[in-house]
Amino acid sequence: MANDNIIEIKNISKSFGDKCILKDVSISVKKGEFLTLLGPSGCGKTTLLRILAGFGSADSGEILINGKDITNVPPHERPVNTVFQRYALFPHLDVYENIAFGLKLQKVPTDEIDRRVRKVLKMVSMTDYEDRDVDSLSGGQQQRVAIARAIVNQPQVLLLDEPLSALDLKMRKDMQIELKEMHRKLGITFIYVTHDQEEALTLSDTIVVLDDGVIQQIGTPTDIYNEPQNSFVADFIGESNILNGRMIKDRLVEFAGHEFECVDEGFGENVDVDVVVRPEDIYIMNKVDNAQIVGKVKSCTFKGVHYEMFVDTDKGYELMIQDYNAFEPDTEVGLIIRPADIQVMHKERTRNVYEGEMTDDTHVKFMNGEFECLPQEGLSAGDKVTVEVDFSKVELIDHPEDGVLQGEVYFLLYKGDHYHLTVRTDDREHIWVDTNDIWDKGDLVGINIAPTDIKINRRHE
Amino acid sequence: MKRFFAQCYIWLLLIVLYAPIVFIAVFSFTESKVLGNWTGFSTKLYANLFTGNMQGTGSLMSAIENTLIIALIAATVSTILGTIAAIGIHNMRGRAKHAITFLNNIPMLNPDIITGVSLFLLFVFLHVSQGYVTVVLAHITFCTPYVVLSVLPKLTQMNPNIYEAALDLGATPFQALRKVLMPMLKPGMISGFILAFTMSLDDFAVTFFTRGTIGLDTLSTYIYTDARKGGLTPELRPMITIMFVGILLLLLIINIRKIRNSNQQAA
Amino acid sequence: MNKRSSWALPYAIFLVLFVALPLILIMVYAFQDSSGSFTFANFTKFFTDADAIGTFALSLEVAIENTAICILLGYPAAWILANRKLNRSAVTIVLFIMPMWINALMRTLATAELFHMVGIQLGKGTLLVGMVYDYLPFMIYPIYNILNKMDKSYAEAAADLGATPWQVFWKVQVPLSMPGVVSGIMMVFMPTVSTFAISEFLTNNKIKLFGTIIQENINSSMWNYGAALSLIMLVIIGITTLLQDNNKENSGVIV
Repeated sequence: MANDNIIEIKNISKSFGDKCILKDVSISVKKGEFLTLLGPSGCGKTTLLRILAGFGSADSGEILINGKDITNVPPHERPVNTVFQRYALFPHLDVYENIAFGLKLQKVPTDEIDRRVRKVLKMVSMTDYEDRDVDSLSGGQQQRVAIARAIVNQPQVLLLDEPLSALDLKMRKDMQIELKEMHRKLGITFIYVTHDQEEALTLSDTIVVLDDGVIQQIGTPTDIYNEPQNSFVADFIGESNILNGRMIKDRLVEFAGHEFECVDEGFGENVDVDVVVRPEDIYIMNKVDNAQIVGKVKSCTFKGVHYEMFVDTDKGYELMIQDYNAFEPDTEVGLIIRPADIQVMHKERTRNVYEGEMTDDTHVKFMNGEFECLPQEGLSAGDKVTVEVDFSKVELIDHPEDGVLQGEVYFLLYKGDHYHLTVRTDDREHIWVDTNDIWDKGDLVGINIAPTDIKINRRHE
Repeated sequence: MKRFFAQCYIWLLLIVLYAPIVFIAVFSFTESKVLGNWTGFSTKLYANLFTGNMQGTGSLMSAIENTLIIALIAATVSTILGTIAAIGIHNMRGRAKHAITFLNNIPMLNPDIITGVSLFLLFVFLHVSQGYVTVVLAHITFCTPYVVLSVLPKLTQMNPNIYEAALDLGATPFQALRKVLMPMLKPGMISGFILAFTMSLDDFAVTFFTRGTIGLDTLSTYIYTDARKGGLTPELRPMITIMFVGILLLLLIINIRKIRNSNQQAA
Repeated sequence: MNKRSSWALPYAIFLVLFVALPLILIMVYAFQDSSGSFTFANFTKFFTDADAIGTFALSLEVAIENTAICILLGYPAAWILANRKLNRSAVTIVLFIMPMWINALMRTLATAELFHMVGIQLGKGTLLVGMVYDYLPFMIYPIYNILNKMDKSYAEAAADLGATPWQVFWKVQVPLSMPGVVSGIMMVFMPTVSTFAISEFLTNNKIKLFGTIIQENINSSMWNYGAALSLIMLVIIGITTLLQDNNKENSGVIV
């Protein structure tokens, strides 16, 4: 079987207790590829890396390296080496001994150890440091030693767990360039974990965006940036305007109160979609005659290279725009968006849908909470039902204890004229909410739903 | 002026603190049977101690021997048991960890007499005849917690990825333990060992309750029985003096070194 | 990961056998008569015996007095040491700790002999002085430790906000050093309340403390009564420990 995939991750799932960390994750990694696992903290990327290295085990699924199943191979027998987040250099050994550690265990002859250690020291530009105590090195130097210690063993795959996160900004930029260069020279596969989207875009051949244990998108940096597949990716990578829209027909989409030509086809007619427009793709000008959207500048901030402006449109939307020219607040402006710069995405969901059960004819239980509903004819306690609730009909309140359910604001998205929140309940269920109120990520909230807003249908097995 | 009084206070306390020891040291250079009765300068007690030429030599010497051997065994076993336990405890979570640290704290909080009585009752209950073995077991019981507490902080300070880094570089779990974990835990193990050793040397109450009736004596129980009989073996005086001078020198050397090192690092 | 937590298993078994079980046995024996049947007799015996109650009260009294004297003498000493230049204070603190390395019984015996030679009658006075002498270093060390580690900027901040040196001491440094005082109290009170040999030496066996009664009962095979007395002491220890738990802060053990 000819296959140039060095690693095959197949259907890996993992939970800690009832907390699901990875859900059915599958990734193929090509030989020599620089692959980045990107996601916010707690998304499962480090867990996945640890499973690859052999420090953790998956609940289900398998991992192949060079076509060989290594799911049950202990870490010291895997052809991979790791650069740890906080380096994990051995403090009782000096720089040379740290790097030689793996080779000594393999009983490599002393003169060869010497040769190889010197070679990698040169590669990471640490030649004069071999006798130094690791604690006396700066963060950047420790970083280099950690990389040297891993690559001296000539692994087929190098795993890097946020290796630059402990460095300051300037150092991080320099190390990014060095890492890329090192990857080119060594020609081995790098699997890189980070939460820094800029780092991922700079370094990677392929980016895997993870959130909440689920792969959101796999693609090249350009794909991921230009054609995000869902609103999470669009929001996480770079800055963007994400708006509710409607695909009127092929190549015609309506959002922000206007109809726009676009290049997308095959969504169907009159279908709800999400629309992404990058702030640098909106043209802003003084003339309002031939503009697609007109509005008034609300704020304007200089960002070093460009200006970042927020414009209130006449249809009540707020858009972020980046441009090299500044437009003072309160200036009347016109906006134009090119068809190719409009990215249309399928909506992941259009309303909240849950499986539930009637507890009596005016109460229904779903998401582990019991809600009052309108009297349901023909349904009695114990009947299995499907419950639907519109995003805008979920009521969030300040005092969690006053809600039927308690939860935490887990993710929020500004959609131009309202916020779209993902709220995670204490039982780790999700409910999506459209609101004009301002909440912050991490806010604890109570969740209520009015009886008239709960739609119930009998569920047939 | 304030400074002067402060200095005086410290020195006064020290003089009071050292008076009895100096007292013993002074009277180790006279032959009198009763402490406090000066019968002229003599080094005979020292000579007796080293030549073994005295009454009851055998029992004092064997008491010293017992004390040292018991302390050595107890400290060694405690260090091994405690270090392994500390690694285990460090990797535990939740209720089990709580329970074991709670149990581990008990021997340190309990007064010696309670530890002694409770272990005495255990050996009675299990019908174990008491002697050398029970004393050693008892000493391990109250020494190990100190080792655990000396090693645990070293584990918490350690980068959690260190052990994994060793595995990642090809070490088997055993090699990772021997080549990485152990060297890093060594300072904690050494201070744990020293602590255990001195606790064992100094113990009286626990030994007293667990030594049984076979006539096993450590230095502490020997002194106790001796004093209760009314007379204190005069040769104990030079022995205490030697012990004290030894400890004095040892501590001074350690501390001077420490200070010198910290000065060097500061420079 | 899970595998390595099992390393604690041997010690866990050891702890159950040599720490938990013996304590349970104290309770079991305390509620049994010599034939092994359940009884409260051991406790009624204690609570109706005026002598025993008297000894118990005296033990508590001596322990409290000793602890109080140790704080009064030890706090100023720790304070002076902590405010000295670093190198000198390090040497002096070692001087304070060093006597503890000498066998405690031997030191106590020497103290008693010293009293004897100077012609002081052995009794409650000598008992207290001897105990203070034995336990003072245990009070000085933890207090010194916490004062020494204390961030000087607290005092400076207080002074900056208008506190006089006296107010800085009472309102900032004393409260902040309380954890050290508490662990000093633990290290002094616990051993004094349970001591037996030391009190015998220092009073020439004239004054009996609670520990001595426990020892005598166990030695004369009155195990059940001895266990009951031990249990009463355990309760005292438990209460003290709970009191200090509210003030939790480790100031380290002495090496």
